[in-house]
Amino acid sequence: MSHSHSDQEAHNAEAMAEIKKVTIILSVFTIVELILGFWMIGMTSAVLKLTIKGTIVILMMAKAFYIVAYFMHLKHEVKNLIMTIVVPLLLFVWFIGAFLWDGSSFRNLRNNYNPYFKEQATIKVEKKVEERKATDAKHEAAATKHETVETTHEATKPEVEPYY
Amino acid sequence: MSTTTTASPNEAKLWEGGKSPFNSEYGKVMMWYFLMSDAFTFGAFLISYGTVRFSTNGWPDSNEVFRSFPFAPEGVHAPLVFVSIMTFILIISSVTMVLAVHAGKNMDKQGVVRNMILTIIGGIAFLSCQAWEWNHLFHEGAWWGANPFLNADGTASTTNFTNFFFTITGFHGFHVFSGVLINIIMLIMTLMDKFEQRGHYLMIEKAGLYWHFVDLVWVFVFTIFYLL
Repeated sequence: MSHSHSDQEAHNAEAMAEIKKVTIILSVFTIVELILGFWMIGMTSAVLKLTIKGTIVILMMAKAFYIVAYFMHLKHEVKNLIMTIVVPLLLFVWFIGAFLWDGSSFRNLRNNYNPYFKEQATIKVEKKVEERKATDAKHEAAATKHETVETTHEATKPEVEPYY
Repeated sequence: MSTTTTASPNEAKLWEGGKSPFNSEYGKVMMWYFLMSDAFTFGAFLISYGTVRFSTNGWPDSNEVFRSFPFAPEGVHAPLVFVSIMTFILIISSVTMVLAVHAGKNMDKQGVVRNMILTIIGGIAFLSCQAWEWNHLFHEGAWWGANPFLNADGTASTTNFTNFFFTITGFHGFHVFSGVLINIIMLIMTLMDKFEQRGHYLMIEKAGLYWHFVDLVWVFVFTIFYLL
């Protein structure tokens, strides 16, 4: 296969440059996401936290765009093909909005009308560290996997049963 | 989208018959529609996770749950470290897949073979990382129906967190696994000169689409479970 025309070579160089560019963009976005994630650890300000989370979501969408448009080559397809894929995906806008809204509304309703549900969110439970250590020693002794599950689960079950 | 001019010099002529109006091979178009349906499946999982999380008062802190890595000393607190390695493994394997597709377009068999091998190695590395993480969490007492972690505010947590975590990362891991299998089959077919005989490497492009989709889903899973 001798595609050694200068046209072909120019096209190749262009494609390689594009792959390189997108790789760098994806890596940089991921690193920024991770930096933001580390920054959020132990943060108390709810507003700042929400802003960072919003930024992370925007970076996530940007990464998705670059993967689909360039790695999956969708940007270079015929417009009609792009539309048959992208337009149905617009349903996600409604899905996400409606379901998250519904979830948050359900929480508010339960907090208002179900005192037990609300109380559960105020009772602090202790993580049984000592008992966990004892179980660890036990499951090192126990050879079978099955036994491990049971002992670990028993020991780490919180005293207060959570309310779903 | 102005760049479509490169794909279709005369878009009007595409509908005059004799060729695909999408200027694309049938199997590739169908792969796109399959991936679209798969996107809805993953979307349904992730949106139900979001709905349940929004309807619950407390939620475990991901930085407390995912804080270890292989060969780490006990009680180590290294949030995000292991998962960032997993993320980069998948990004790099996606890049090698693009390079394989690119080599296929140039009928460069050696390039396809080299990059497919690298992609398969990346996929297996990712699966190994996930196997380690699942095993680690299992030994912490986490599994479907069992959640040893407390909410970030110290209140008792439901098993929703672990149920969703194992279901969604499991479903994604299964996609990675099938992707690796598909890539291995493509590698064998390349080595057997199947695509040389056909005169095109379109199968590599289709496998590539699937593999990139797996990477795409991980972008969402990673962000939603480990960062938000």
